[in-house]
Amino acid sequence: MALLKKIVLDVLKPHQPNVLELSQALADAGDDYRVRLTVIEVDEKTETVQIELEGNAIDFEAVKSVINGMGGSLHSIDEVDVASEVKAG
Amino acid sequence: MGLLSQAKFLLDISRTNDIARRYFVVNGFDGALTMLGLIIGFLVSAQDNLTVIINVCLGAAIALFMSGLSSAYISESAERRHAQGKLERAMISDLEDSTHGYATRWVPVLIALVNGLAPLIISLLILTPLWLFVAGVPLPVPPLYAAVIVALLLVFLLGVFLGRIAGVSWLRSGSQTLLVAVLTAALIYMFAGH
Repeated sequence: MALLKKIVLDVLKPHQPNVLELSQALADAGDDYRVRLTVIEVDEKTETVQIELEGNAIDFEAVKSVINGMGGSLHSIDEVDVASEVKAG
Repeated sequence: MGLLSQAKFLLDISRTNDIARRYFVVNGFDGALTMLGLIIGFLVSAQDNLTVIINVCLGAAIALFMSGLSSAYISESAERRHAQGKLERAMISDLEDSTHGYATRWVPVLIALVNGLAPLIISLLILTPLWLFVAGVPLPVPPLYAAVIVALLLVFLLGVFLGRIAGVSWLRSGSQTLLVAVLTAALIYMFAGH
């Protein structure tokens, strides 16, 4: 089974919860997630952010659920890094 | 997330922290001045039946609680729905199942509780000397005067709270609210003291 190691997402979100709260919620979605969030554009009520998420086996559905739960909307998946699982023996 | 931190989070994301604080002060002040007015009214009427006084004041406190609770809930529900609608149009998506939808449903309840409980708790604190006296606890001053002192103290503390929020002198801010209470008492004596 292929494992998702890195994913870069383009997300539109309201100003609240702020980027720190969103990053923390994303990091809490997995055991070893590392989140880098960059604000690309700020509008009156929304902001576009680029989320770079790294982990050993990223659960994309859980990540999407956190983004939607925080009021965000996933616009595109801009980059992925997937590796096949090394089978023992 | 604990209940308190969750409440704080919902107030934060809906940016209603200051509204809850404002409601607390405004309706708390209402409660304190209403009790002060009633008690001074009883004082100038030479009414000394404490059971009657407590029942009348308690009735007013409960009415203030219900009024604060219902009015804030109705108005805040409408405000939150309006704000969510604007945000949904900006996001071009439905936010009903997000934290924003959750906040829209729960923030009016939180604000209604603040708005209702502030005058109720302040009123009950003002009535405490009357209950203590009825229960046989000796007071250094007559119970109605003790209640007036508690009311003035609470009004002063509300002013101090406002002063700390505004970052101005707590003494000045407390004195301002105290002055309003003293003025209220003077007006009641002037018009009801005959």
